[in-house]
Amino acid sequence: MTLPIDELGNAIEAALPDDVLGTHLENGELVVLARLGAIIHVLTHLRDDSSCMFKQLMDICGADYPDREHRFEVVYNLLSLKHNQRVRVKVLADEGDAVPTVTGVFSTAGWFEREVFDMYGIPFDGHPDLRRLLTDYNFEGYPLRKDFPLTGYYEVRYDDETKRIVYEPVKLVQEFRNFDFLSPWEGMVTKGEAKG
Amino acid sequence: MGTSEDQTYFVNFGPQHPAAHGVLRLVLGLSGEVVERADPHIGLLHRGTEKLIENKTYLQATPYFDRLDYVGTMNQEHAFVLAVEKLMGIEVPARGKMIRTLYCEIGRILNHLLNITAYVMDVGGMTPILWGFEEREKLMEFYERACGARLHANYFRPGGVSFDTPQALLDDIGAWTESFPKIIDDIETLVTENRIFKQRTVDIGIVSPEQALDWGFSGPNLRASGIAWDLRKSQPYDSYAEMDFDIPICKHGDCYDRYLIRMVEMRESVKIIKQCLAKMPGGPAKAEDRKVTPPPRAEMKRSMEALIHHFKLFTEGLRVPAGETYTAVEAPKGEFAVYLVSDGTNRPYRCKIRAPGYAHLQALEMMGKGHMLADVVAIIGSIDIVFGEIDR
Repeated sequence: MTLPIDELGNAIEAALPDDVLGTHLENGELVVLARLGAIIHVLTHLRDDSSCMFKQLMDICGADYPDREHRFEVVYNLLSLKHNQRVRVKVLADEGDAVPTVTGVFSTAGWFEREVFDMYGIPFDGHPDLRRLLTDYNFEGYPLRKDFPLTGYYEVRYDDETKRIVYEPVKLVQEFRNFDFLSPWEGMVTKGEAKG
Repeated sequence: MGTSEDQTYFVNFGPQHPAAHGVLRLVLGLSGEVVERADPHIGLLHRGTEKLIENKTYLQATPYFDRLDYVGTMNQEHAFVLAVEKLMGIEVPARGKMIRTLYCEIGRILNHLLNITAYVMDVGGMTPILWGFEEREKLMEFYERACGARLHANYFRPGGVSFDTPQALLDDIGAWTESFPKIIDDIETLVTENRIFKQRTVDIGIVSPEQALDWGFSGPNLRASGIAWDLRKSQPYDSYAEMDFDIPICKHGDCYDRYLIRMVEMRESVKIIKQCLAKMPGGPAKAEDRKVTPPPRAEMKRSMEALIHHFKLFTEGLRVPAGETYTAVEAPKGEFAVYLVSDGTNRPYRCKIRAPGYAHLQALEMMGKGHMLADVVAIIGSIDIVFGEIDR
């Protein structure tokens, strides 16, 4: 039997009272906030419970909120083919916190976790092969953190004299121009509260 | 090369190998000719798309989506504009939805034509790629006539499409749908029962339904493993709910099935294109809300307000209310999704791109283990990977 999406949130909360910190709907999508240490348990429940059956992990991504108490979010997007529903599970992590790996629950988590580690520097505890994935070999820093500059620190070029690739600090003829176009736009009708 | 039998030696496959479909560097551990380990090194085409999008306005972000999977470009713009529309609560006019559906299906055929023919070339057949590219050329002309670009379309906008499609173009697309099935038939007579092709692909790289779910497969690769799942049917977006089409599935999940699925899907796409043309409603092709879409050029010449709207849209851009969404579409390669977080300003706070090829390539070791080196080429061809979307 397929539960409506809002009842499903309550059902998940009732089934895992210690591990789920809260659920809410956002634009009609169910969001489950899980305790950091319990993510394996929560995802296993979501995968195997008959009212959930979220057999597919579609995506894991990180997000950086430097102003918040817990800086990072790790977001798991799950899909249930049986019930045709999606759920988004989030855990909060501080800098230096290790997130337990879910590669044991979903094999596909391997690369997604490597990417989060690569981009945000969030370590995954127990991951079988936690190497950088998308960035260059010997890359330093975590590029998707908000304090990482858009232009990066190093640039690469082919040096004609030494006949090889060289890495040099970024030299910009002109600084990256960051215009602030935000201004109150009167009469703007939005769903939420527009600031400005 | 080692001589003792238990010695594993390592081969660097790519990044400049034609069968690597781009810039895949694959480190293969071989025992004789049998693959024991396969470690794909990706990221050689990483351009930091997600970081760039965080630093651009919403309107400036759409062109980046063309440059992910550069074969089915409009399908990916679709995911992004649907996400923005969801956050902003924009209603798209019926004609805009229908045009987007039409071009998404053209994109699907573009993608499958390239994948199938390049895949056949990988395992030894030269002719289909020549036939397929002739058709792709015609389709890219349709792209060009709609938006001015053959590949990097930048045609979809939050609220609809950038320009309405003229009737003459729709008529030509209609004429093309009559001639195209013949080309599919021709390719099928060459390939489907071809002895060499079958020897190279049947029972190679088998993926069971359980494995397909576990490894996050989607799209044709999931359906080849026998799971009937298509976002166009199960979570229809735009005009797909009105369309009558079938979802082909196969049973074995091997390389041959992944080829068959795409052949049938092209025929289904032709069906959808015909229905789009027949049902094409009149009216505007984009939302009339001037806070979302720019006013017509003629109006700007006379109306001060229109000029201001135009200026604000192309400097400040859209301002999207705070919120987040995970919006997925059935791209030609599988589930392409955008996880968009807005903080209420004119730039996305976070825009995670979920590319189907990423999950498929990850499973390469699972699929290729125990097969011969040459089979890895067949597997890479069959899972349909494009590095633009994998590396992002």
